[in-house]
Amino acid sequence: MIGAASTHGFLDRRTTWGHPLAWPLVVPDLAAGRKGGVDWSGRLVAAAFAPEGNWIVDVEIRLRVDGTQHRLVVDTRTTLLDALRERLGITSAKKGCDHGQCGACTILLDGRRANSCLALAVAHQDTDIVTAAGLADGQELHPLQRAFIDHDAFQCGYCTPGQLCSAVGMLQEAQAGWPSAVSRDLDADEVVLEEAEIAERMSGNLCRCAAYANIVPAIREVAGR
Amino acid sequence: MRPFAYQRPGDVAGAVAMLAQAPNGTFLAGGTNLVDLMRLGVATPDVLVDVRRLTSDRIQELPDGGLRVGAAVPNSELAADQRVRRRYPVLSQALLGGASGQLRNLATTGGNLLQRTRCVYFQNLTTPCNKRQPGLGCSALEGYHRELAVLGWSEACVATHPSDMAVAMAALDAVVHTLGPDGQRTIPLSELHRLPGDAPERDTVLEHGELITAVDLPPLPLAANSRYRKVRDRASYAFALVSVAAALQVTDGQVRDVRLALGGMAHKPWRATTAEQALRGAPATADSFRAAADAELAVARPLPGNAFKVPLARNVIASTLLELTEAAP
Repeated sequence: MIGAASTHGFLDRRTTWGHPLAWPLVVPDLAAGRKGGVDWSGRLVAAAFAPEGNWIVDVEIRLRVDGTQHRLVVDTRTTLLDALRERLGITSAKKGCDHGQCGACTILLDGRRANSCLALAVAHQDTDIVTAAGLADGQELHPLQRAFIDHDAFQCGYCTPGQLCSAVGMLQEAQAGWPSAVSRDLDADEVVLEEAEIAERMSGNLCRCAAYANIVPAIREVAGR
Repeated sequence: MRPFAYQRPGDVAGAVAMLAQAPNGTFLAGGTNLVDLMRLGVATPDVLVDVRRLTSDRIQELPDGGLRVGAAVPNSELAADQRVRRRYPVLSQALLGGASGQLRNLATTGGNLLQRTRCVYFQNLTTPCNKRQPGLGCSALEGYHRELAVLGWSEACVATHPSDMAVAMAALDAVVHTLGPDGQRTIPLSELHRLPGDAPERDTVLEHGELITAVDLPPLPLAANSRYRKVRDRASYAFALVSVAAALQVTDGQVRDVRLALGGMAHKPWRATTAEQALRGAPATADSFRAAADAELAVARPLPGNAFKVPLARNVIASTLLELTEAAP
């Protein structure tokens, strides 16, 4: 069953009502309540209504990603990560563990870093979403992107977009004076981002290549500016 | 994942009314635990009522000098709040010791409290679990014990509540405000979560459709001298094996007042009232701290794989109280 769950990203791409038999669908009086429609791209949209009404499983949503507005129809089960990658073709955020443990999917929601694998797309329609692909200013790389290159802060690069978004959010948190679990003075107004602080604050981003030895100095260089 | 309808009503009352009509539905806030459990097939709601933008996301002063924390306040903002850092440092430290920076931004105050009490067998559909499906049996009792409970567990369930925040709030005498189909009520935080007994499927005393709207932190001057100590298998981003939330007031070498709660030890945040009673009026020394810890832990029933938790808890309680004694004003 867990295997079936992990493939749902592909199943979500169906365009008509249909579910694998492994997932019993309990929709009272489905035939009577079913209603079809055509979405903006001309594809059939399936919807079902519970007796109390408004049980809509496929919904049209708006997402603002890296400054661009998108309209799309998603199954309510679609995570932000799957909506970005599988539906909008924005593959900057990466799918690692898909359970909020590795941080490869980290994006910025209204400027705050967050795991896109645990966020439902329908719940974040009014949010300003930024992926690592949206960090650069035109051809001008974000200072953290430049620093990651200068410090050779990656090997395979798979965790890098998540590391970058997380570092952008983390630097803003530190700028705002937010303490961390290793801060000696909880009440200090100013955060000094020494190595231990950066390691603690970035602990939600794993690097299987263990490029930490270069990631931390890259972030530290930008933090020191 | 089971298909579900997503609803975002206009206000809190509408959310409560909506869920009252959906016996298999649930509230959605940050989603960091719920969405994960849904993807695992462990949670199978057919309706999600999104309350993240409905409950308050503010931290307000109360007339008595306490703070009211809206249910939608993110864990990260609560930890960083200047008033919380000064008046209730144990709460800031507990929050900062939990999860990761990304998760703390998504996770809310109400949602943190209502994350499931759990163990690895609960999260695995291939292993029987009474909490997931009552009557199936418990795989954990004869299984991997390291993160399991030593206090208050039953033959039906030996899982632990993983929240750090809730342990600090239990020590601080926090009070939970709810709104349900039958109206509003308040619940002392230490009575919000249940011991498993013969109904491990119920983590809390909340009724179906009852929504946490806020948590009050009462004024507690001794909490200015408080601390959260968390022991875990790696330095960051891991659940507690044992954690201690403590606040201490010492006068003339004697314990005048104390608050103590334990995490990683039970199906709920464990308020250590036996130890607190033993400590009030006792000399603020390592010996009396250890004796009080022993009194609290006398009812512990460790399993072979987690027997280490009893001496570990004893030592962490004593060292945390010693640190607070040295830091006492």
